[in-house]
Order: sequence, then C-alpha cells, then structure tokens
Amino acid sequence: MTDLLTVRGLRGGYAGTTVLDGVDFTVPAGTLVALLGRNGAGKTTFVHAVMGMLKPYAGSIRIGGDELAGAPAHIVARNGVAIVPQGRRVFAPLTVEENLRIAARRPAGAQAPNAWTATRIYELMPRLAERRTHRGDQLSGGEQQMLAIGRALLQNPRLLLLDEPSDGLAPTVVDQVAELLETLRGEGITAVLVEQDLHLAFRLADEVAVMQKGRIVHRGTTADFRRDRGRAHTLLGVG
Amino acid sequence: MATYLVSMLNGLAMGSLLFAIALGLSLVFGMMDVLNLAHGAVYLVGAYVAVALVADGGGLAVFVLAVLAAAAAGAVLGGGLAALTRAIPHHLDQALLTLGVALTVAELLSVAFGNEVHSIAAPAAVAGSVTVAGETYPVYRLLVIGFGMVLAVAVYVLVERSQLGSVIRATVADRPMVSALGINTGRVLVGVFGAGAALAAVAGVLAGPILGAQPGLDERVLLLALVVVVIGGLGSVRGALLGALVIGQVQAVGAALVPEYASFLIFAAMALVLLLRPAGLLPAAGTAVRV
Repeated sequence: MTDLLTVRGLRGGYAGTTVLDGVDFTVPAGTLVALLGRNGAGKTTFVHAVMGMLKPYAGSIRIGGDELAGAPAHIVARNGVAIVPQGRRVFAPLTVEENLRIAARRPAGAQAPNAWTATRIYELMPRLAERRTHRGDQLSGGEQQMLAIGRALLQNPRLLLLDEPSDGLAPTVVDQVAELLETLRGEGITAVLVEQDLHLAFRLADEVAVMQKGRIVHRGTTADFRRDRGRAHTLLGVG
Repeated sequence: MATYLVSMLNGLAMGSLLFAIALGLSLVFGMMDVLNLAHGAVYLVGAYVAVALVADGGGLAVFVLAVLAAAAAGAVLGGGLAALTRAIPHHLDQALLTLGVALTVAELLSVAFGNEVHSIAAPAAVAGSVTVAGETYPVYRLLVIGFGMVLAVAVYVLVERSQLGSVIRATVADRPMVSALGINTGRVLVGVFGAGAALAAVAGVLAGPILGAQPGLDERVLLLALVVVVIGGLGSVRGALLGALVIGQVQAVGAALVPEYASFLIFAAMALVLLLRPAGLLPAAGTAVRV
C-alpha cells in the first residue's frame, strides 16, 4: 500500500535545541501506527512538526505527495491533516456545537459519501449531543476528549494525529475512547497514535514505531513487537 | 439627586466611548499578547479627522462622513500595526514598536494641526438640549449613550453568536489550535486589529464634541483604555463593556462628589480589582493568569 505520510530526515526542536534528530517515518494509507517512546523522546514534538505547529530545521514531510515541511499549520490542515492534541485543547469559551462548527471542513477532492458531519459526530458520540450547548470548560475530561476527536474528524482529514488520547482519563473513560477509536479504525482511517498506555496502543495499532532521543529506533507490526518482551523492555522500560 | 443623574449620564456617555476604544485593545492583547501602545494615537487621528472636517459644526451628513473617514483611517493604521507587530516575535519589542508609532503619529498630528486645543461642535441638528428629570442635558451625549448601547449589542451578537465570533473567541483562547483547524489566524488577527483600530478612531470623532482634540489626549485615552482592559479582563468583550461602564461612572460621579480625587479614584478602582480579582472582572475563559 502507498504511504500517505512520508517523513525523511526530520530535524527540529525549540529555540535552537535539537529534539528531533533525523526522524524517518512512514504511515501507509489505511494504517494506524502507534508511536511509542519514553517521556522526552520527542513524540509530541514530532506530531507538532508534522501538523505545522512547529517549524522544523530540516527534512521532508510529504503528505500524499505534497511537500509540507515548514508550511504553517493552517496550510497543513487544508492538505488533510488533523490533530487531537495532548491535553485535548478544546476551546474553553466555546460551546460543544461551536467547537465542532468552526472545525467543519468538506473532504478535499471529490464528494465522499461518508464525509463527517456534525450529525454523524453526534450519532457516534451521543454524550456530545446531550452537552451541545455546554461550554468547553464545563465538560469532563472524557467529554473533552470526545469533543477533541469529533473536532478533528469534522475536518475530514486524510491523516489523523492522536497525541496521548488516554492521558489524564479514568480507566473506564479510556475504554470509551478506545472503543471510539476502534470504530474509526474499522472505517479505515489513517492515523498516528502517540500513546503511553501500551494496552491501548496494542489494541488499536497495526504497526508500532519506537522513538528514542529524537530518532525512530524500531519499526514493525504490533504482533511482532508484543512477542519480543525483551525488546519492549529495553526500548520502553516496561515489561 | 438630579445632579447625580447628570453625572451618571455623563459617566454612561464616557463609558460608551471607552467601550469603543478599549474593545480593540483588549481583543488584540488577548489574541497575540500585543499591547498596542499606538491605540491612543489612532483615537487621536479620529479626533483630528473631526477637526479637519467638522470643526465649526455643520450638517449631520458631514459628521457621518467624518465618522466613515476616521473608520477607514483607523482600519488602515490597525492593519499596518498588525503587519508590523506580526513580523516581530518579542513582546517588549512589539510594545516599543507601537510606542514608536504612537509618538510619530502624535508628532505628525501636532505638526499638521498645531498644539492648541481644538473644540469640535456637535452637528447642528443634535446640538440642542433636552430636559431630563428637571435638568437640561445635551442631546448629543444621549446619542453617544445610544451609540454605545447599539455597539454593545452589535458586538455581542457578532462575537458571541456568529461563526466569525466563534473563531475570534477561539483565537483568543488558543491560537495555534485554531491554525491547526485550517483557519488562517494571521488574517483573523489583521481583521480584529483593523476593526478595533477603526472603532477607536470612530470614538475619536464621536468624542470630539465632548473632549475636543489636543496633543496629549492620546496618552490620557490610552491610559483610561488600559485601566478598562485591566479591570474588565483581557480578551473579553463583556469585560471591556463592564470595565468601561465602571470607569465611566467612577470618573463622572467621582468628579461630581470629590473633584480633587477624581483621577485618583480610577486607579484606586483598578488597584482594588487587581487585589481581589487579578485576572479582571470578566476575563475571557481559558485565559489563565500568567505569573
């Protein structure tokens, strides 16, 4: 299958420091790739660089053939990339409905019968429909996460970047988020999932990549990664 | 009692003007942390547009023309300031830059119009007075209060009820995230900067028959607008409205009750708010106080 996202030699960081030290990374269309690694490995920096929220020092980021390294976030978004950021970052002063409405974007190219609409989001996440007039800062953590995912889906992205969707959520809520993401996976989304929760990552991902000190040090199928406990331990410090 | 009514009406008129001035300052500060120190100079440009076009009174049509001309001049200045400040990353540099623009504009106005105090007549059609609760009161000031009310409703509907308003509020709350939704926040910023400056310049025309035009007025107005923003809370439309109404009343009623302390009272009110609610009375949600 062709790669939707192809990253080559990506270097970047903040204020002159180097966090990403030559990242090579691909995401085949229709695949969910988990990006694992210890704290400070550069996962969030990487996701921000792909989204255009951080300007890389060097390297190439191609999405469906278009070179987007260094392009501002709104251009990257219009090229079909959406992010569910760490910490969710729903707009606190906006209602659920307003949060969704300002994100709505028709899919690029020809008309898609399965395009995401607010109605479909509310069907998929009835809790959001119930809370549609509530402000972002009146939602629970789980509801905010649902909203952040709904907001990203409404952009009808070709590539979805999920940055720690389980972070700070109670285990039962993580289950709900996992079920939602499984549903999306069933629809064939292409996504990068940054995740500390290995159970969640293994449950959702087709493939696993491990980042260490700003480089990808392992890449393989999820099944293969789970078989080799020694390697998982060495790379992630967990058994 | 009737004297206080007059003071309160004066306070409302002043509050209306302050709301028009402080709104742009507050939203721009909320969106990009730029303290636009040229905002008072933009106001003064509006006041001198009024001096140039309607100094000796004249028809309502000429006055409306002055308002439109000031709005256009303000929008151009605001757009220019947005472009200038965007190119410079550091906040202190941005503040210095806008201060430089403020000084330059004020000096140019002083060269063009001289240093004397200009008074501006209200349009003849509304220059009279009416009796309010036994006191005569200028019709023009009542119209300024009406303008403030219409502006408050219009801005509320635009910012709280429209799609564009959602984008503006979201940009105040988390600008990089708005960009990540495919929205060019640079354009939002130029638009808000331009519209805010246009409103400040329009306020300069409307305040003309009350405050006139003279060198130094820009600094006084900027200071009052800053106090309004600090009291109301950054980046918030309701905060700017509340802050403007509070300062208008404190100033007018204070001047009537304890004239010798009137100017002090404004800063006492600000100090009190800062002590009790450091983020202001109605700050934009999601804008935490940064220590």
